[in-house]
Amino acid sequence: MPNIISMIIKRLGLGVLTLLLLSLLIFLSVEALPGDLAETILGQQATPETVAAIRKELGLDQPPLTRYLNWLGGVVQGDFGNSLALKKPISGLIAPRIQNTLFLTLYTAAIAVPLSIILGLAVSLFRNSYFDRITNTTALAAISMPEFFVGYVMIYFFALSGYFPSMANINANTPLLDKLYLCFLPALTLTLVVTAHMMRMTRAAIINVLALPYIEMARLKGAKPSRIIVRHALPNAIAPIVNVVALNLAYLITGVVIVEIVFVFPGLGQLMVDGVKFRDVPVVQATALIFASAYVGLNLLADIISTLSNPRLMRQR
Amino acid sequence: MSNSRNPKHDISTEVSDKETQIKAKKLQESFISGKISRRNFVSTSVAIGVSLAGATAVVNQVEAATPKSGGRLRMGITGGATSDVLDPGQILDAYMINVSMGQVRPNMTKIMPDGSVEGDLASGWQASNGAKTWKFDVRQGVEFHNGKTLDSTDIVDSIRHHMGPDSKSGGSGVVSGIASIKEDGKYGVVVELNEGNGDLPILLSDYHLNICPSKGDGSIDWESGIGAGPYTLEEHEPGVRTLTKKFANYWNTGNESHFDEVETLGINDPTARLAALSTGAVDAINNVPAKTASRLKSMVNVKTLISTGNKQCTMPMLCDVAPFDDQNVRNAIKHIINRQELLDKIFFGYGQLGNDNPVGPANYFRANTDELPQREYDPEQAKYYLKQAGLSSLSVKFHAADTGFSGSVDAGALMRESAKAAGIDIEVVREPNDGYWSNVWMVKPWSACYWSGRPTEDWIFSQIYYSKADWNDTHWNNSSFDKLLVEARSETDEAKRRDKYVEMQRIVHNDGGLALPVFLSEIMGYRSNITVPDQIANNWELDGHLAARRWWTA
Repeated sequence: MPNIISMIIKRLGLGVLTLLLLSLLIFLSVEALPGDLAETILGQQATPETVAAIRKELGLDQPPLTRYLNWLGGVVQGDFGNSLALKKPISGLIAPRIQNTLFLTLYTAAIAVPLSIILGLAVSLFRNSYFDRITNTTALAAISMPEFFVGYVMIYFFALSGYFPSMANINANTPLLDKLYLCFLPALTLTLVVTAHMMRMTRAAIINVLALPYIEMARLKGAKPSRIIVRHALPNAIAPIVNVVALNLAYLITGVVIVEIVFVFPGLGQLMVDGVKFRDVPVVQATALIFASAYVGLNLLADIISTLSNPRLMRQR
Repeated sequence: MSNSRNPKHDISTEVSDKETQIKAKKLQESFISGKISRRNFVSTSVAIGVSLAGATAVVNQVEAATPKSGGRLRMGITGGATSDVLDPGQILDAYMINVSMGQVRPNMTKIMPDGSVEGDLASGWQASNGAKTWKFDVRQGVEFHNGKTLDSTDIVDSIRHHMGPDSKSGGSGVVSGIASIKEDGKYGVVVELNEGNGDLPILLSDYHLNICPSKGDGSIDWESGIGAGPYTLEEHEPGVRTLTKKFANYWNTGNESHFDEVETLGINDPTARLAALSTGAVDAINNVPAKTASRLKSMVNVKTLISTGNKQCTMPMLCDVAPFDDQNVRNAIKHIINRQELLDKIFFGYGQLGNDNPVGPANYFRANTDELPQREYDPEQAKYYLKQAGLSSLSVKFHAADTGFSGSVDAGALMRESAKAAGIDIEVVREPNDGYWSNVWMVKPWSACYWSGRPTEDWIFSQIYYSKADWNDTHWNNSSFDKLLVEARSETDEAKRRDKYVEMQRIVHNDGGLALPVFLSEIMGYRSNITVPDQIANNWELDGHLAARRWWTA
């Protein structure tokens, strides 16, 4: 157990360092983009005087280093600052978006994770059968199509016929059942996008384990193939499966902006894209930090679970 | 609005003798204006010899065109962003224009469907001193959503919000000609301009200049979203969704507010917009790409709405760079553009032919085809101009990218083919989209560009074609044009003013560096549960963005 705690502490420390580097990187990238918020807001009607007035008000006339350090000072104290465009605290802006994004992530995960693990177990049970081949081909086809296209296909089949809405424009007051109904198509689209990865990893991990001598032993003692896979093979294949599940969950939080746009879903991705478009640096920084924390956190969680699932790792050192 | 209520069927065409025709016309007018009942109208028409079918047709048309109160309008609109603010000075795009000016906070003036300007919160105005001094009457009995009565202070503070050296408003350019604005009693406002400008009422319809309640200290309350419009702001998630509800004490109820509530949704993806319209998730959408407009026609219960305003694609030539420094070369180029082909092939026919004149269909003093004949594709004429320039052949580069205008590279390829007949060789240079406005436009001698157009002739001429304009993207310098521009601005006699503007259009057409092949249409779609008047405004999409005020439930 002490092993695990020291690992968590070490990993958290590294995570914080990662986030710090990342925030610097993002800040520099947005700086490198041409134009700033003042110019974007004014568009064609920009005159040097109005641009200067807005820059002065927002503090954009200060050198970049000062602005970065000011921002960092605030974050350390838990203050993400104000959105430059809205002049409102970012936390209030982000909170509903995080809720929406987490809702969609959990919704998708609730469908995709059990589905892909069960399918993965099933195809390894019947490997090289027609079932195995058809499932694999379908899953690979789904992952190979760009996700916006999968979204359009879903709209074509399920929305234009009137079964499900094409717009998932939920808000904080939408009742849960309505939310599940409104978000069904985006969740289904994302399920199709992430299932193949998790299913094939499950299959590969199980098949890998199935080649080991102790499985042969189990078979010799007369255990049923399904019992061998679930009882004997799965526990030893958990580590790679959990890792790939964590990666895909992180992807669901961070990488779904295109699906958000197709289904008009008010999520974090859209917020970040708008932030970049208007050069609203604090919003970009805050969303980037959330995304990065999701990656760091979920990977840490995956490592903890795979360590716990492996007694050898627990006792070593 | 009266236009939309005129029925297409006219019962006077059914009867033959003159006297009965006049009788029938009068009868129809009394029915349309509501002076006689439907039963009375039908029985009298039949008595003077009109067929029952004819009379019923008029009844049906009139009733369909009579606005019905109630129901809900849901619009899927582009241009919304999470960073949208309610500050009228920072309104950027369609979504916020529609919500703010179109639903919640009207301006002093508005553009009517026929292109004329009318008072909105201003009930009237008089210009004096060569259109330098303007007196506006503030409409009386107008109430803001919070119960406050509209008076001159609200108007003055709302306009001052955009003025001054520290202005952060996108509308600062519009009000830059205003020297001072002050109250003249409770219901009067006096505006002094730096120089005479007969267009002031039109300028005041600019989408930034929404009227908000004054806080009493010279500033305005824009934060609350309170205005004097037909709808009150109930829920507002920037760039995502806005819900407004009918304002019970709206001054113009019955004429300009028919829905109980209006829901505005930000849908930036064109496919998502079309899907939302076809599944009935929204009742109307803007910005349908020309490529997919034919799809709308195949949808059940969906109608297409097209308006052609001043949005224009242009091909500016720099008049101070060889070979375009020769007027003859510019004219040769203008004659090798096959406008009809560009309109049909690049824009799928959704637009209007341009005539190398930036004054468009939504402008008031636009020259008609008698005053300024349409320039056609004419390689012989082009050859003639080349000869005038002392050239037997010409080879030029056309710089294009989709940022300039969508399809400009293909347009260049078509021009290359059509120019061969005149011995002109056009090399189409595809430029990167990034940095196009700073590295290509106004830098390369001939490039692609677009403008959303301006509501007044003076505005577009002063901003782009005046020799000292910041955006003189043709580097054109014509002293007689500049002189007319200043004269026309303060001319108060409308006929004389028109003559001057037509003359200026002629000068740009013949001498300018502007090649303007096409005015682009706005393509919109709406469902048949909504009624749209026959005539819609073309200054902005969605009936000048006043759809929530001018449309009603079918």
